[in-house]
Amino acid sequence: MSSVNVALDRENRGLNLEEEKIAIHVRDWNLYYGQKQALNKINMVLPENRVTAFIGPSGCGKSTLLRCFNRMNDLVDGVRVEGEISLHGQDIMEKTLNVSVLRRKVGMVFQKPNPFPKSIYENVAYGLRLQGENNRSVLDNKVEWALKGAGIWNEVKDRLHDNAMGLSGGQQQRVVIARAIAIEPEVLLLDEPTSALDPISTLSIEELIFDLKEKFTILIVTHNMQQAARVSDYTAFMYMGELIEYADTDTLFTNPSQKQTEDYITGRFG
Amino acid sequence: MLKSWMKEGNHWVWFNAMALTISLLAVISLVGLLAVKGVAHFWPKDVIVFTVDDGKGGNVQLIGERQRTGERLEGDATVGVKHIPQTLVKIGGRELFGADFKWVDDPAVIAQDVPQNMVTIERYEWGNLYGRLVSVTNSDGRKTSGSAAWDSFKSLIVYHGQLYEQLVDIQKDKIGSINYAVEGLRLERRGLELKNALTDDQMARLAQERKDLDQKYELLLTDMQKLQKLSESLGVAEIEVMGGKLVQLPVSKVVAATMPNNMGILAKTGEFFHKIWEFLSTDPREANTEGGIFPAIFGTVTLVFIMTFIVMPFGVMAAVYLREYAKDGVIVRMVRVSVNNLAGVPSIVYGVFGLGFFVYIVGHGIDQAFYQEALPAPTFGTSGLLWAALTLALLTLPVVIVSTEEGLSRVPRAIREGSLALGATKIETLWRTVLPMASPAIMTGLILAIARAAGEVAPLMLVGVVKLAPSLPIDGNAPFVHLDQKIMHLGFHIHDVGFQSPNIEAAQPLVYATAFLLVLIVISLNISAIAIRNRLRERFKSLDN
Repeated sequence: MSSVNVALDRENRGLNLEEEKIAIHVRDWNLYYGQKQALNKINMVLPENRVTAFIGPSGCGKSTLLRCFNRMNDLVDGVRVEGEISLHGQDIMEKTLNVSVLRRKVGMVFQKPNPFPKSIYENVAYGLRLQGENNRSVLDNKVEWALKGAGIWNEVKDRLHDNAMGLSGGQQQRVVIARAIAIEPEVLLLDEPTSALDPISTLSIEELIFDLKEKFTILIVTHNMQQAARVSDYTAFMYMGELIEYADTDTLFTNPSQKQTEDYITGRFG
Repeated sequence: MLKSWMKEGNHWVWFNAMALTISLLAVISLVGLLAVKGVAHFWPKDVIVFTVDDGKGGNVQLIGERQRTGERLEGDATVGVKHIPQTLVKIGGRELFGADFKWVDDPAVIAQDVPQNMVTIERYEWGNLYGRLVSVTNSDGRKTSGSAAWDSFKSLIVYHGQLYEQLVDIQKDKIGSINYAVEGLRLERRGLELKNALTDDQMARLAQERKDLDQKYELLLTDMQKLQKLSESLGVAEIEVMGGKLVQLPVSKVVAATMPNNMGILAKTGEFFHKIWEFLSTDPREANTEGGIFPAIFGTVTLVFIMTFIVMPFGVMAAVYLREYAKDGVIVRMVRVSVNNLAGVPSIVYGVFGLGFFVYIVGHGIDQAFYQEALPAPTFGTSGLLWAALTLALLTLPVVIVSTEEGLSRVPRAIREGSLALGATKIETLWRTVLPMASPAIMTGLILAIARAAGEVAPLMLVGVVKLAPSLPIDGNAPFVHLDQKIMHLGFHIHDVGFQSPNIEAAQPLVYATAFLLVLIVISLNISAIAIRNRLRERFKSLDN
């Protein structure tokens, strides 16, 4: 019945949220931009070492929710939040919590590749240097590890000291992913990571996401339902700031329980 | 046809092109005029013998260089006005002829000869001397004439030049250092006195140190006197000057001597560059109308550098605060308006402020607090390098703030978020990513600031620039950079030489040359700053490219 072609040979069909180890708990989460409520009473749990996709029409609040997990919304004027989000039992909104420490645990990759205007090497080493790591051989090893992890080592190993701005969009995005995983976060937030990329680069990033979930808990916001179906284990459908339906990806795409979800994934609106 | 031509906006393109051309022509002709008028001064000119009708049936001979041409008006409206072309001849020998320039009516010139073996002699005092070398008497009384005299004269001048350098070295550097140390001892003693801590031990130590210095001074003085005696007794040249008079000229009074009429183009070119180098590397003489301008170049560059060190951190910090930290509101907006208006304040007002606030209030306070032993002679309570640099820094602050803010605002939000998402704090993001990316804009601000500061004169006259500074602001005496010292400055030098000079005609080419040099310095400072900016820009290409 679904118009979305879900890969039926997926190895992890039949996942059950109740059997997962949970990384993040979200409880009664509200977010306001000034007077306007952008997120309305979100309750969900996010499983460890899985890919969870957030889908929904533009302005539904999926990116806003993603940015709550590493408190990027702190930078936006006039944002007010209520409720609780905890990462491995740690309330991330706690006043005494150092935001920098949180952001080291929860890495983020943005929609548009945003490498720093530095060499590839320095881009990846940036987070490590922030933590005071200046030992050359340690940095070398970690940079290599991160670039390999982001699947771009072979393409850039001979020009590590060239400016990262000279790479193609897809390569830049993988360098940015390498930069994010170099500091070994627990959670990786991907905010529409392929929307500015061509199909081939998109494919390589998707394959990368598949590999990365062995080490990281991945949350991905995407406009592209095929992508959500291809890469994610669980999918959350959001609409108008509310979490409409949240289930394992197979179930959500093949047998959605909500009418709105069905309308959306079959392309009747959105 | 014309209508469609206008409709496509072609006439605006032409207007733009015309405006651009006019601007370019203005710049090129300005620099060209300064270059030609200033640099031509250093080209060795022939010594010409003018035979001039004296108007009473007789002839007069004038020996000298052609300086420039002009004209004089004769008659009045009833008989008609006649324009009579004239030539200004530099005859030199101010002490012999009263003035070293003379206007000659061109129609009155009967003959102009360029005979061989005429000498141009540059002297330490009284300007040039033109004439014929008759003989040279050595220190041992041996007299030579003819070409032997010229050879001996030249070698004596070279030898004297070396002695002179040694003398200056002893006088300015060595004795200068001793004087500096003696002054230091005096101040130390006075300081101890003021603190009532002047014990007998201290007195004895100071007296001993003073005695050592005096001994050193005595030694140097003997050396100096020996050198002086030697240089004075080097020899005497006999010169036949205008009017057939013989002048006895001791070699010790001669800076250089040439025979321009005997020189080929190659020799003249060599002499040309030699004179330019002298102009750039030596101290001025004769109330700045002769000699070089080295102290002014040195002062200008030092001043600009110190100003840069002051204005950069303040300007950048102010801009970072305004752009990154301050919450937008009435106060911030007022601060911005004030900063922008500061750029429009006339520079002399900054000079008055610098004098009133920095010199009289801050400087006076510093003297009271730290230099009490030197009072009543002021140390920082008088105009000086530091105050001049601070005043210029204040003057150029708005430029740096505005362009830095501009640069900060152009750093994409995505870059900041990328850094913050990696766990960087705001200040870390600023230091590691945002400021480096804004550095081309900061450099642009600096370029504008430097260009403005190097050319500024009016405020400097009030806060630290003088006609003639006794020593350079950076020397070998600790603490090496003397911020309390007065300095010379190219801009002020132009004003001084051009408008305060006792010898206008002699000074005129120097005004052009100094102006040309000032323009060159500003241009080269700009070019180097632009080069740095372009390299940075290449490195920190923003995301949009």
